[in-house]
Amino acid sequence: MAEQMITRDLKVSFGDHQAVKGVDMEIRPRAVTAIIGPSGCGKTTFLRALNRMHDHTPSARVSGEVLLGDRDIYGDGVDPVELRIRVGMVFQRPNPFPTMSIRDNITFAPKRHGLAKGKALDDLVERVLRQAALWDEVKDRLGASAVGLSGGQQQRLCIARALAVEPRVLLMDEPASALDPTATQRIEDLIYELKKDYTIVIVTHNMQQAARVSDYTAFFYMGLLVEFGETDGLFTNPREERTEAYITGRFG
Amino acid sequence: MDTASAPPRALRLRLRHLRDRLLVALCLVALALAVIPLVWVLWEVVGVGVRHVSWEFLTTLPQPPTVGGGGWANAIVGSVVVVGMAMVMGVPVGVATGIYMSEYGDNLLGKSARFLSEVLAGLPSIVAGIVAYGLIVVTMGRFSAVSGSAALALLFIPIVAITTQEALKMVPGHQREASFALGVSEAATTLRVVLPAAMGNVLTGVMIATARIAGETAPLLFTAFNSRYWMEGVDRPTATIPVNIYSYAISPFEHWHQQAWAGALVLLAMVLALNVAARTLWARRARFMAGD
Amino acid sequence: MSRSVAPLPGRDGRARRHLRQRWFRYATGALALLVVVVVLLIVQQLWVQSRPTWSEWGLGFLVRTTWNPVQGEFGALPFIAGTLLTSLMALLIAVPISIGIAILLSEYAPRRLRDPLIFVVELLAAVPSVVFGLWGIFVLAPLVQQHVMPVVAASPLGLLPFFGEPGPGYTLFTASLILAVMIIPIIASLSREALMAVPRDQKEAALALGATRWEATRHVVLTYARGGIFSAAVLGLGRALGETMATTMTIGNRVNLTLDYFQSGYSMTAIIANELREAASEIHVSSLVAIGLVLFLISFLLNSLGRLLLMRTHTPGT
Ligand SMILES: Nc1ncnc2c1ncn2[C@@H]1O[C@H](COP(=O)(O)OP(=O)(O)OP(=O)(O)O)[C@@H](O)[C@H]1O
Ligand SMILES: [Mg+2]
Repeated sequence: MAEQMITRDLKVSFGDHQAVKGVDMEIRPRAVTAIIGPSGCGKTTFLRALNRMHDHTPSARVSGEVLLGDRDIYGDGVDPVELRIRVGMVFQRPNPFPTMSIRDNITFAPKRHGLAKGKALDDLVERVLRQAALWDEVKDRLGASAVGLSGGQQQRLCIARALAVEPRVLLMDEPASALDPTATQRIEDLIYELKKDYTIVIVTHNMQQAARVSDYTAFFYMGLLVEFGETDGLFTNPREERTEAYITGRFG
Repeated sequence: MDTASAPPRALRLRLRHLRDRLLVALCLVALALAVIPLVWVLWEVVGVGVRHVSWEFLTTLPQPPTVGGGGWANAIVGSVVVVGMAMVMGVPVGVATGIYMSEYGDNLLGKSARFLSEVLAGLPSIVAGIVAYGLIVVTMGRFSAVSGSAALALLFIPIVAITTQEALKMVPGHQREASFALGVSEAATTLRVVLPAAMGNVLTGVMIATARIAGETAPLLFTAFNSRYWMEGVDRPTATIPVNIYSYAISPFEHWHQQAWAGALVLLAMVLALNVAARTLWARRARFMAGD
Repeated sequence: MSRSVAPLPGRDGRARRHLRQRWFRYATGALALLVVVVVLLIVQQLWVQSRPTWSEWGLGFLVRTTWNPVQGEFGALPFIAGTLLTSLMALLIAVPISIGIAILLSEYAPRRLRDPLIFVVELLAAVPSVVFGLWGIFVLAPLVQQHVMPVVAASPLGLLPFFGEPGPGYTLFTASLILAVMIIPIIASLSREALMAVPRDQKEAALALGATRWEATRHVVLTYARGGIFSAAVLGLGRALGETMATTMTIGNRVNLTLDYFQSGYSMTAIIANELREAASEIHVSSLVAIGLVLFLISFLLNSLGRLLLMRTHTPGT
């Protein structure tokens, strides 16, 4: 199910400010790729380019190639809706739909895409909630509003919601930044579980987290991909001076 | 798995996009349904009105319908005077209320004034007329320009109060603090620092409120009433453009109908000019504020 | 000189300084208080002037159906009915159109087009109601009579009790159409504000799940903003109830208790506009003012409700 993604000379600018300045990167399937770097270096901007979320920002311009499998997602005839079914996204701030129940949050997209109906839909809800380690906490109140959940639970609901579309790639933008250590722990466990089936890209400010959960790490600095490699190597033996400075906490 | 589910899913996707486009088209239709009457009204008023506006229309007194000719000069003067007096009554109260609500209004009085201003802004204009009728017309024993102005002031004040409040709220708090830190009094801080910074938007509010009352008809029917002569005093019945449009429109005379269109053109030109001026002022202001 | 000690502020000094520092607050406060007093004055005036009617018929005035100034018989029901019928029909027409406009402006219109379009819609609100009335008399009413009413009557809608035989041009139906046009701007602009206040991340969440723009709008943005849209409709209804000139000039001005939109009728505002200046007897004046009082109370309630809802929906965390 998982697919690889490759970016070639990916550039994103807002007006005349270039936030991502030509990034070449290979995102491996069935692995976790972490993106680290100081605030404002273009991590979120890069991530959002991978499922064409910039389409909805009038000032944003994207150039270069992003291959999903062997197809350029910015090429002719690619439907962003279809793309986003294959490349899911979890945002930094939990954003469940407050007007919907927990169950409806999850079934919203599968219903639109016609993925399941009736009993199959119920099964789908249970499966993704179990995957997101939320089932036991919410199974008795699926009809309740999603705003009643704690921050950590909301974020796991958002992950479950993204999984319900059965994507090949899951993009996560600092998914644990607003959460306490216990909730963070659960999300990290979850990511570890998920990578068996998915390609995962996770943006994080937390170096330990990157080291714990990821197989590959990319270090961004001022819109450029400075260093990219296996996580172990990058953390223990960075090739670039700026990478070393960052991971040892000398800036950022 | 892909091969099995691909065709129905692709079809479904096409339908979804189709629906997306269809509904945008419906929204466009909705916009058209609002814009068409606007264009249509403007078209008729300008098209018919322009043929009947003349120097005579703007500068002479009305003639009886059987005579023909004549103009609305007295009504034009009357409108300016009635609206002008309403502004004289309304601007101080409206602006002061706006200042109080924005600067010192975090109390019962401020909250009540805010709530009641918003409710008053939705007051049926004819009710304002009834109040002025009861208070002034009945007491004085005759229709008068000043009673019309009082009715219009009731409609004017809440709009100005609300827009002034909003304009002052947009002035950053640090400007007030800087002034207070220098030991400047409340009055001077508001009048010399906050109000000037917000002046553009306050003026915009005043202009929009003026445009609104300039077109009001209902409250004038039984306050300012009407007159065939030049204005004889603020305590006398007075002709105004909107009331004239109404009475000429419902008259049985073709010639008067034409004058009603001409009057509508004059009124519309005044009202729209005020609105456009207010908007451009506001737009310039907004750009200025965003720039710094 | 430098050694001289400033006198300690005594009671008087402090009070004076307090006043110098704060007079402005009290002065503007007095004028703000005037606004509160004005509202009380409105209620007092309407009440005092309508007393004779209430003591004659009590609340029964509201359901009496005769209106005969010559015989001194007055009742408000035909006018209340006419106002409600026209306003509700206007709302029925205006709400979907306004929501469509609001969606277009907040979700779809490119930035460059948005501001001019907002301006155009707001211009609609700037056209004086007497000008709409003029247009209604000479343009819309004949058109409705010749081309719209026959079509509606012939369609399945004609089976409803609300649409009988096509009648004259000046009807409840014509008035409803004009009212709809006139309340579209307020409902559209308040709805647009409600839609634009929906957090961006809500829409993005839906899009990232593969929703089309319409689906994101319909299922997420619109439901999130439904409170704001509801209050926009309530405020629009308040506007329609109080609208005078356009109604007076197109409704037909016939005391006629009917559900048939294709007949002439009367509204609360129209009867006041037509008769107050000429009303001779005390009971006639007081009955007109009584109708004004009812109108005021209904619109006060609707406006308060609309504003309160708006405040609630714009408070974060609800
Ligand atoms: N919508 C936008 N319009 C204009 N500029 C933007 C926009 N989004 C991001 N930027 C700019 O692009 C640059 C990169 O922003 P981005 O959000 O990608 O950084 P980041 O690495 O995710 O930072 P953080 O760690 O703080 O989340 C910043 O300079 C930011 O100001
Ligand atoms: Mg970021």
